[in-house]
Amino acid sequence: MNKNDRPTDIGINRTGIALSPVDGPLMTEGATARPPSSAGSARDAAILRFRYAVESGEIGHMPPPLSLRGVTQAAVELIKGHKGNVLLDKLGERLAFERTGVRLFDGLILKFEASGSWAGGPTLEDLVSFRADEARHFEWMVEAMTALGADATAMTPSADLTAVESLGVLQVISDPRTGLAQALHAQQIAELADVAGWELLAALAESLGHAELAAQCRLGLAQEHLHAASVARWLRAHVEAAAHGELARAS
Amino acid sequence: MSLDILKERGTPLERQEFTWKEIAGEPYSKLDDDAFTRVRQILMHGVEQEACRLKHFAARFNPDLRLPLARVRRVEHLQATMVNWLMPGDQSPLETTIGYEQVAIEVTAHVAAVEPDPYVAQVYRFGLLEDFDHLYRYAALMDRLCGKDANNILQSYTDVMPGRPTSVEHRAPEDDLRRHYEKATAAPLTKIHAALITGSEWQTRDYYLTVGPSFADPVARQLYAEIAAIEEQHVTQYEALSDPRETWLEKWLVQEATEVYAYWSCYSQEQNPRIKRIWERFLDYELGHLHLVGELMQEVERRDPAELLPREFPDPLSFTSHRKFVRETLAEEVGLRARGFDIVPPDLESPASLAYRERLNAGGSPSELVAAGYRWKPGTELTDRRVREAEFVSLNQEAAQ
Repeated sequence: MNKNDRPTDIGINRTGIALSPVDGPLMTEGATARPPSSAGSARDAAILRFRYAVESGEIGHMPPPLSLRGVTQAAVELIKGHKGNVLLDKLGERLAFERTGVRLFDGLILKFEASGSWAGGPTLEDLVSFRADEARHFEWMVEAMTALGADATAMTPSADLTAVESLGVLQVISDPRTGLAQALHAQQIAELADVAGWELLAALAESLGHAELAAQCRLGLAQEHLHAASVARWLRAHVEAAAHGELARAS
Repeated sequence: MSLDILKERGTPLERQEFTWKEIAGEPYSKLDDDAFTRVRQILMHGVEQEACRLKHFAARFNPDLRLPLARVRRVEHLQATMVNWLMPGDQSPLETTIGYEQVAIEVTAHVAAVEPDPYVAQVYRFGLLEDFDHLYRYAALMDRLCGKDANNILQSYTDVMPGRPTSVEHRAPEDDLRRHYEKATAAPLTKIHAALITGSEWQTRDYYLTVGPSFADPVARQLYAEIAAIEEQHVTQYEALSDPRETWLEKWLVQEATEVYAYWSCYSQEQNPRIKRIWERFLDYELGHLHLVGELMQEVERRDPAELLPREFPDPLSFTSHRKFVRETLAEEVGLRARGFDIVPPDLESPASLAYRERLNAGGSPSELVAAGYRWKPGTELTDRRVREAEFVSLNQEAAQ
C-alpha cells in the first residue's frame, strides 16, 4: 500500500478516552472528586510570565558592521543607522529561511521517490524546480548582504527565530514514517511564511530606496506565490482523492 | 511463565552485536501503541543507564575489573541507545515527561505492593505519592501552555490529580536518607527493587535537567527545575536503601539480575511483536552478563553467586494500571512527611526540612502556580465553557502588586 493512503485508514489509535470504557470514566470521576491543591487559575502563571516578559533581555543582537572597504558609498548611506540593521536582519532571515528551504525540498524529493505521488499531485520535476528556486533565493540573499558589507554567515536575530519557527516543519518532513502528502502539509506552512517574508522584504527594500533589491524580492515573491499555490492544489487533489476512495488508484 | 536464571545461559558476550540500523530502528507509535509499551521503553532505558553508571563507578575503584566492566558496559550502552531510540520523533519532551511520570507511578506502585520488607515498601509508597503529584503538575503545564491533553499519552491508565503537593516535597538532605536493607538477610527481590527504582529515578532526574532548559516558557523552566530537585531527592532516598557493605561484585550481580528480571517482565507482557523481540533478545544478553559476573564472583571472591540469586523470579513486574492501590495509598498516606530515616505524621516533620523548604519557596512555588485551581478534564480544561470564554482582564495592574 502506498504511504500516502495510510494515515486515514482505521487502525488502533489509542489516544482517545472513548477507547477506555472502564478506565476513562474512572479518570474523570477521580479528577472531579479531588479538589485542586491550591486556588486560582491559569492567570497565576500568566502573571509570572508577564513579569519575566517585562524583565527579560533580548534573544540576541545584530553583529557589528564589517569593514566597509569595497562597499559603494551609496550602500554605506543605505545601511547606516537603525534602518540598515533592520534591513540586514530581514535579509539574514530570508537567507536562512531559503537555505533551510533547499533542505526541506531535499526531504520532499526523497519522500516523492519513496512513496510516490497521486493524480493532481506534484511531479518530480515540480519539486526539483522548486528546490532550485530556493537555492537561487539563498544565493541572492548572500549577494545582497555581501554587497551591503554584511557578514552573510552570521545568524541574525530574525534568522534565529525563523529557524525556531520552522522546527516542526523539518521534523515532519524528515520523519520516515510520514508520506509525501503529510510532508507537503508541513511544507505549506513554510511556503505561506515565505510569501509573507518576501512581501515584507520587498516593501522594506522599497521604502529604504533599494529599488534593485526590491525588484529582486518581487521576483522571489512571485515564485513563492507559485510554490504556495501549487502545494495547496496538490494537497486539495490529495484530500479529494482520499475522501472519494480514489487514492490507491490515483497513486 | 517462570525463568530459571541459573539454568538459562543467554547469549554469550562475544555474540552480543549491533548495527546502527538496528540501534536506530523504527520507533513505537505514539498514537497506536499501548501506553505500557512506552512505559517499558522508558523504564528499560533507565535500567540500562543505571547499568552503565554503576559500571563506571565500579571501574574507578577496581582496577582488576576494568576490562570486564568495559566489555559489558559497551554492550549496555548500545542497549540503552537502542531502547531509547524506540522513542518517536513526534513525541515532544513534555509528552515524554508525562510518560516518565507514568513509569514512576505505575512501576513504583507495583514495587510498593509486592515489596516483602515493610519499611522499604513504605518508602516506595512515600515516593509514589510525590511522583503522582508531579504528573498532575506536568499535565497542567501541558494543558495550559500547549493546549494538549496528557491523557493522550496516559491512555486512561493513570489518574491525574494532586498527590503530596510538590511544594512540600522539598526536604533537608538528612531527611531524604533511609535505612538500608541488610545484605545477608534481605530478599533478592528487595535488592532488585532498590536497583530498579534508583535507576528509574536517576534517569528522570537527568532527563528533566536535560530538557528543562530547552523550554522557552519561564513557568516550564521553573517547574522542571523544581521537579528535577525532587528527583534528585528521590535518588538520594532510593540509593540509600541498598546496603553499602555489599561488595562491588555483589552490586554488579544485583544489577544484572535486575536487568534480567525487568527484560523478562517486559517480554512477558509486550503486545508489539517487533518490540517484544527486542525485549527477548536483551533478556538473553542480560542472562549472558549475569553468568559472566557470576563467574567473576567465583574467581575473585571465591563465592557461589547462587547464594545471592533467586532460583526463580517471582511474578513479573506488572505493567498495568494500579489505580486502586494508588488511590488507597493517597487516601491514607498523603499527609505523611519524612524525618531522618523515618516516614512520620506531618506534625513530626523536621525543623530542618521546614526551614529548607521555606527558603526555597520564598519567591513562590512553580508547581503551585502552574496548577492553581487546575482540574484535569478529558480534552483539556478548555472544554469547560467558563475557562474557554473567560473575560479578558489586563495583567498590568495585577502583576505590579
